[in-house]
This record gives sequence, structure tokens and C-alpha cells, in this order.
Amino acid sequence: MDGDLLHPLPQGLYCPAGDFFIDPMLPVERAVVTHAHGDHARSGSALYHVAEAGIGLMRERLGADATLHAHPYGERFTLGDTIVSLHPSGHVLGAAQVRIEGCGKVAVVSGDYKRDPDPTCEPFEPVPCDVFVTESTFGLPIYRWPPMSQVIDDLLGWLEDCKARGVPAVLFCYALGKAQRVLAELVRRDPDRVVHLHGAMVRLVEAYRDAGVVLSPTVPVSDSAKGRDFAGELVMAPPSAAGSPWMRRFAKASTAFASGWMQVRGARRRRGYDRGFIVSDHADWPGLLRSVEESCAKRVYVTHGDGEALIRYLTERGVDARPLRSLGAMPQPRTSEEGD
Amino acid sequence: MRRFARLFETLDRTTSTTAKRDAMVAYFAEAPAADAAWAAYVLGGGKLKRTASSTELRLALAAETGYAEWLIDECYEQVGDLAETVALMLPEGDADDGDVPLHVWMEARLPSLSRMDAAGRVDLLREWWRALPRDQLFLANKLLTGALRVGVSHRLLVQAVAHWANLPTDLIAHRLSGTWHPTAEAFAALAGPERADEHAGDRPYPFFLASPLEESPSVLGDVGDWLAEWKWDGIRAQVMRRGDEALLWSRGEERLDGRFPEIEQAAIALPRGCVLDGEVLAWTLDENHPLPFAALQKRIGKLKPGPKLLADTPVRLMAYDLLEQDGEDLRERPLGERRERLAALIDDLGPTLMLSPAVRADDWEALATVRGESRERRTEGLMLKRLASPYRVGRKRGDWWKWKVDPYTLDAVLLYAQPGHGRRSGLFTDYTFGVWDGDSLVPVAKAYSGLDDTEIGRLDRWIRAHTIDRFGPVRSVETVHVFELAFEAIQVSNRHKSGVAVRFPRILRWRTDKAIHDADTLDTLRGLAAG
Repeated sequence: MDGDLLHPLPQGLYCPAGDFFIDPMLPVERAVVTHAHGDHARSGSALYHVAEAGIGLMRERLGADATLHAHPYGERFTLGDTIVSLHPSGHVLGAAQVRIEGCGKVAVVSGDYKRDPDPTCEPFEPVPCDVFVTESTFGLPIYRWPPMSQVIDDLLGWLEDCKARGVPAVLFCYALGKAQRVLAELVRRDPDRVVHLHGAMVRLVEAYRDAGVVLSPTVPVSDSAKGRDFAGELVMAPPSAAGSPWMRRFAKASTAFASGWMQVRGARRRRGYDRGFIVSDHADWPGLLRSVEESCAKRVYVTHGDGEALIRYLTERGVDARPLRSLGAMPQPRTSEEGD
Repeated sequence: MRRFARLFETLDRTTSTTAKRDAMVAYFAEAPAADAAWAAYVLGGGKLKRTASSTELRLALAAETGYAEWLIDECYEQVGDLAETVALMLPEGDADDGDVPLHVWMEARLPSLSRMDAAGRVDLLREWWRALPRDQLFLANKLLTGALRVGVSHRLLVQAVAHWANLPTDLIAHRLSGTWHPTAEAFAALAGPERADEHAGDRPYPFFLASPLEESPSVLGDVGDWLAEWKWDGIRAQVMRRGDEALLWSRGEERLDGRFPEIEQAAIALPRGCVLDGEVLAWTLDENHPLPFAALQKRIGKLKPGPKLLADTPVRLMAYDLLEQDGEDLRERPLGERRERLAALIDDLGPTLMLSPAVRADDWEALATVRGESRERRTEGLMLKRLASPYRVGRKRGDWWKWKVDPYTLDAVLLYAQPGHGRRSGLFTDYTFGVWDGDSLVPVAKAYSGLDDTEIGRLDRWIRAHTIDRFGPVRSVETVHVFELAFEAIQVSNRHKSGVAVRFPRILRWRTDKAIHDADTLDTLRGLAAG
């Protein structure tokens, strides 16, 4: 019974054999947290097991007084009747897949993951298992990520264009993970460029630097004098800043959004961005299929997004694939566009 | 088509209308006229007659990718645009077909599909797809499947052409009105010097459109400076008396030839060289008032109406304005003068051409009282037009106002949802609402607009989590949410399951304070329809 290892409850995904929750949405006794995005790392639980590589970010999210047990990737530790280990998922700094061994089998909960190279974190590690839980945020064949080098080419072209037109370039992206990934790619191609940061990004960017990740030089927008002209310069901000009074400083700016959702034209147009850059920290369709295959799992559970298309596609190819919620009562699906 | 693909990319990558206009001007200046003509045509909203069906595109896509049709449908549901779905699903290639010019695509390649059978079309589509680079692949399919939708309005296109030609926008709007055939010569002619007989062809004059009046009309000054007319609910049209015929153009600048023979026959009696602006209305002869818009809809759909339809649903033209007389363009003359001429011109031509009656009142207050009779008179409110105003081009504020009566409202329950297209692709934004008929909810209205982006996002997530059943792209949802809908008119209809049809339904607000049992009943709506 897979239910011995994995049982979705309203609080989150529960492991009965090990008596712990993975990414609980409500306070619990014992939690294993895959990564520091707000919809996975929630404060209030008594004890957290996390990957050592992400400890700084976890402190930011869970608070200085939270009890954290940090584990190096691959270290095996015992929880209840199970042996647990954390393995890189390639999603953001310190993101982990959770391997659970118990009841005579191995389950891997991959959390959020991607297969594309990312200079800010360890690459995804395929972990053989009997039961594989995969996300499917981008579970349709229309989602195929272009190589990052090509995206950065486009981004640099956009910056050139903004410089020629004498307007600021405001790039919206998620403050944890995406922003640092763009800065880490950018510093390799355009090392002298100074990037202006929205206040919500400053501490998280510092946390990455503290972890030894090399990023473009940055300066908070708030350090600039009032009325400073940002023409031709790159400003980065979280999507929530779009349309806010904060944007008044950047009148006439060309705006862009870096996200996997930008693969589809309509998704960009309805948000009113001038440009969309396809950068995602989730697996694209080929990445999902490859991960399912490399897991060698006999059974695959799918979570996040609709998942129905991926399940049907895998089923038609002889894979035993089911929705994760079929194992029990699932919490509300999370909002579809967080943390990509 | 490489150059046009670059233009499209530039247009698609900015939301600034000035930047879009400049990009088009640059393109018109450098592109060969035969291509520029087609670019102007499609950017202005022109489409080719569809030469391959959606089914054929899906079949070709399934054959080319090996994906099952259900998966293609799922992807289409997310993308909301078939051309883009094709471009996103086909394997990456480094194909390069050289550069087949835009006009060859539009004049030879795409039309050639119509001379083949379905299997031939599928094969040819696949052949093209393999040869095209990604950006042109998307564009070729866009040109095949419909409008470009790249944030260029017809007005913006007119401005770009005017800039390029260095001529007034009103003149270019007129030159591009009606059926404009995109040829190299026609494109060059757009930039030709203005002629005295510019208006003498069979192109309609660009329509002057009224703006909604959102404040009290007292801000408009002296009531005596204004002409008030009823706001009729029909099809705005121009009647042009040319040579031996009378031409009828809709406000969408489509020829209505043959659809309304009564009006064409009556208009033949007009002297040559005159143009009327008015409203086509279905009209009851015995009671002398207009029929509901639904009656007129029966006529719009019929290219050659039969004797029964002509007898049951006769139409008339409610004439508003005279734009041309004796071959002279009258648009710069004041409305008061144009209307006097119009009255004299159609006075003894029989009942089919009616003069839109002036609604007289001594002050705005008295006029507001008369406006209260709008529904009884089967109109949507009043039009207010400055008597001294010229007949302008397009929607220009200041001289013409529509002062509509408040809409009807009803509270209805969300029953079904399906994904939108274009900007709203991948989101559930097309809703069906129902009201109570005894113990069950029956659908009465579909609405697409009225919620803000936050509400749309919230409702979209709720719909995904509370779907009961799926019928293709349509989802039936748990009956929980009540919305207040506004609509302009309601009438009895045997084409609708509910027995009533509402006109222009839209969402006013999400009534989170109401439970489904607070929603309206079908009996209430029937009462309104009967009243």
C-alpha cells in the first residue's frame, strides 16, 4: 500500500510510517520542507528537516527561532520507521527531493524541480524508486524551454533596445530563485552591469551571495536619488510591483516578465507586459517525461497544476500514473502561478 | 514574409501605440508595395476567406507530431489560439524556406488550399510547416485562421498609413473604408494627392460614432443647441445612391446587398449622388413600432429573404443624416442643415425611408422625463447631437452623445465555464448563468465581461477546483456563486431553452453576499419579456 508511506491530509502530505509531513500548510509536529518558496515553507511547525544548502533561505522564511535540522544532500536520517534523505531537485538554492525508504519500498517526492542547468543550485539528481511523486505545473507539450543562453541573448537585445530608446527596462520575476538565476546568468555575459533591485529582493539576493553564488552587482532602487534617470538600465522587481505606485519612478519603462507562463502569448498580453522571457524553475514537458522515466518507478503520482493531461499521456504509454489526491483528502490546490 | 514577420514581432513586443505606429510606418516605407498592401489589409483587421478548417489543422498537427487529438485539444484549451498551438507543438527545426513574399502567401499559397480535397490540404500544410522557421510558421497559420490580434486597431493602422503617406487621417480612413482590395496599385494610390471627386466611388464614408454620456446633460449647455433623437436598436448603415443601384453598407463596413430589398427598392427613388446614414430596423406595419432586435437577426442571416420572411419581418430605414447630395460631400456642413435637406429629400418617398423624429423639450429636465419613456417606445434611450456639428470620422467626443437608459439587472447563478481566447487564453472567462425555474436552474445568459483581473483569477482557480463535469472545453461547476448581470433588453424566444433571450448581458458584480436561493426566477424574466 502506497498509503503507508504517503497519505495526503488537509494539513499537507503525510508519511504515516515516518510520522512527518512534507511541506505542511498548517503547523505540525515534524515537517520536511523541500524548498523555501512561501507555498511550501510555512512557519509554525515544531521541527523542520531541510537541506543544508538552503538553510539561509529557510531562516528568512521560517523565522530565526524556528527549530531547523539541516542535512547535507544524500545524508540518511531516521524518522519513525523510515529512513529519509534529501536530494537536489534543481528548483532553487537548497531545494530538495525527499527520498523515503520504509515498508519494504522507496518513495521519492520530487517537490518542485527542473532539469535545465542553473548556476544558482545543484542540478536535479535522478533517484531510483518504486513510487515517484512528480509536479506537473507545466504538464503540456506546448511547454518546452528554450536554452538559457538564447533567453539571455534576447534579454541583452531588449536592454540594448531600451538604451537606444532611452527608457528603463523593468524586469518582473519572482523574488526567490528566478531573480538570482537571472542575475547569475547575466553576470557571466555582462559582468559590469549594475542591476537595480526592488526592496523585496534585496535580502534574498544577499542570502544567495552568502551561500557563495556569484551574481551581478546590485543596488537597491531606494538608494538612488529621487528623480534619477534609469534610462537604459535594468531594474528587477517582483510581479506584485507591476502597476503599483512604486512604478511611477519608471515612467515610460519597457516592462517584461520572466516566467514559464510567457511561453503562451495570451498569458503575456493579458498582463500587459511588453516582453516575455521564458525562464522557468519548473520542469518542462520533456523534463517531466524524462524524470518519470529515469525514476524507474512502478507507480507515478502527479500533483500541482491540472495534471490530468500528464496522467492520461503516461497511462496511454503503459505507466501506472494517478493523481496524488487519489491517495487521500488533498488540501485546496495551490494558486496556479506562484513560485514558478 | 521575413520582413512582415519582423514587423509582427516588433508590434507584438511593445504595448506603446506610438512605437507600433512608427514600426508600421517604417515597414510601409521599405516593403514592396504588393506586400505592404497585404500588411495594411491584415493589420486593419482584414481576413482571407478561410481555406482550411480547424479540424484539418488539428489532423495535420496530429500527423506531424504523433500526439493524440485529445492532447492537442488540451493544449489548444490552454493556448486559446490554434495557430499558436501549432507553432508551440511542432518539433523545433532549423527550417528556412528562403523568403516567400507576403503577397504570394495571400494571393497564391493560402487560396490554393481551397482547390484541394481535405487530405490534400493536410499534406500541403505539413509540407509548409516543415519548411518554415518558427516565427513565420506562427504567422502563416495566423493568416490562415483569422485575425492577427497584435494590438493594432483599425484606427492605429489608419494613422500609420496617414503618417507614411503624409496625408490627413480622415482622408486615409475614407480611402480604406468599405471593400479595399490590397494590390500594389491600391496601396500606392493611398498616398496619392487628394482629389475633388474623392468620395464619388462606392466606398462608404467613415461612420461618425457617438460616445456614452456619463454625466448630466446640463453640462452640454443650452438644450436648444442640441438635436435629441431616440436611440434605436438596429443595424447602423449607410445607403448610397450610385449609378443605377442603391448600395447598403453596415457600420462594420460590409455590403448588405440583397439582404434588405425593401430598403434598396425605396432608395432607388432617391436622386443619384446622395448618401444617407441611418438605422435598419425590423418594423411592425400594424402597430407602427420597431420589432425586437432578435426579429432583425432573422433578416441579417438571410442573404435572399423569401416572401414569408419579408411579409412577417419587414424592415425600414430610420434615416439620421445626409452625408452627400447631388454628388457633393456635405459632411462639413452643420447637422441642422443636413437634417433639413434630409427631411425634404425623403419626405414623399414612402414609408420605408423614415426620418428619425426629433424629441423636443424645453429644458434638460423635461428631456430626462421623456427619456423615461424609452423602453415603452422600444428604444435604448436618447441620442444628443449638436446642431452645429459636422459629420466627423470615428468616435470623437464632444458633438454626439448616447444617453442610454439604465440597464435591466438580474441575479443569476454560475453554471458553466469555458476558457477564453487571445488575452484570456487558458483562463476560464466565458461563463453561463442560470435562474430558478421551480427547483432547477436553467441557463439564461452567457457573459464574458465585467470582472476585473483579480476576480477572473480567483474565479478561474475556484472553477478548476469545483468542476463537476466536463463536456469538451466546457465545465459544469458546483452551483455556489451568484452574479448580478446587466442587460439591455429581454424578449420571448423559442430558440432558447429558457424561453427568453436577453440582449448584451454582462456582469455587473460578484454577489458574494448572496446565496443561490437569492437568485432570480424565470417567472420574473418572463414577466419582463411580456411587459
